[in-house]
Amino acid sequence: MTDALPFADNPPAEPEPTPAYMDPPADPNSSLDDASFLARLKAGDSHAFERLVRSQAGPLLRVTRRFMRSEEDARDALQDAFISVFKSIAGFRAGSRLSTWLHRITVNSCLMRLRSQRRRPEEDIEQHLPRFLEDGHEVVPNVPWTESADTILQRTELRNLVRSLIDQLPDTYREIVLLRDIEELSTEDTAEHLGISPNAVKIRLHRGRQALRALLDPHMRETA
Amino acid sequence: MNERSYITCKALISFICDYLDGALDSRERLEFERHLAVCPSCVAYLASYKETIRTMKAVDSPPGEILDNAPAELIAAILAATSRRS
Repeated sequence: MTDALPFADNPPAEPEPTPAYMDPPADPNSSLDDASFLARLKAGDSHAFERLVRSQAGPLLRVTRRFMRSEEDARDALQDAFISVFKSIAGFRAGSRLSTWLHRITVNSCLMRLRSQRRRPEEDIEQHLPRFLEDGHEVVPNVPWTESADTILQRTELRNLVRSLIDQLPDTYREIVLLRDIEELSTEDTAEHLGISPNAVKIRLHRGRQALRALLDPHMRETA
Repeated sequence: MNERSYITCKALISFICDYLDGALDSRERLEFERHLAVCPSCVAYLASYKETIRTMKAVDSPPGEILDNAPAELIAAILAATSRRS
């Protein structure tokens, strides 16, 4: 952990009532790009930074929870991200969207933490990819699924199952699936985040989706 | 009579990503869809591939769940960590 969370041994006092000028906006992104707010942030105004944290920690925690496999890691990644924001906000370029910049820093924080946690060789993904006969037909023909994403939405145990299946993907593929299909970054932005070529992103995305499809397959054939 | 052969299931599956991205040229797209017209297994594979993507998004955005509030102690920890650096 980069910085021990202070609340672990030293619980914070009850928060004081928030002054009106710090109230987060109803829409957390609605006034983020306001010029005077940005100027205060860049000038190191602690009240402006606190307002940024209070309005953006929730949405960005949702991002870190998608990437990290434990709540503790998700919180640590968010804390690292805000420390990076704090250090580099003075260099933020006007004209960019602050929300996009924050998202980028948060994703990078998660990717760095995931890399630092890799200790063992990744599982081979080949076992989850389709197998073909010499004539190009699949060894085992596919059958239609009876479950759908709509069913998943309604059933907590299925949602938890899908989350656990996503977590089973080797990180190399899981990161790309998360970046492209859930964070909805472009192929080029994903390639830049990971330091690989756009073509490698496309190949890994396809393989990651195929592996997840294979993991889901036995569960999605079951009737509700 | 000119009977053109079909692309294989293996080829079709390798093209799925580009097919969904609209990145196949018109001839490749035609061959892709010609194969689908005669192969229930690949129709099922394509449908389940698309459903896999939808499922990932659905899991992330369940309706009615309030997910956008960060715990107060986490916000306090972040503010404490950054204030030490100011």
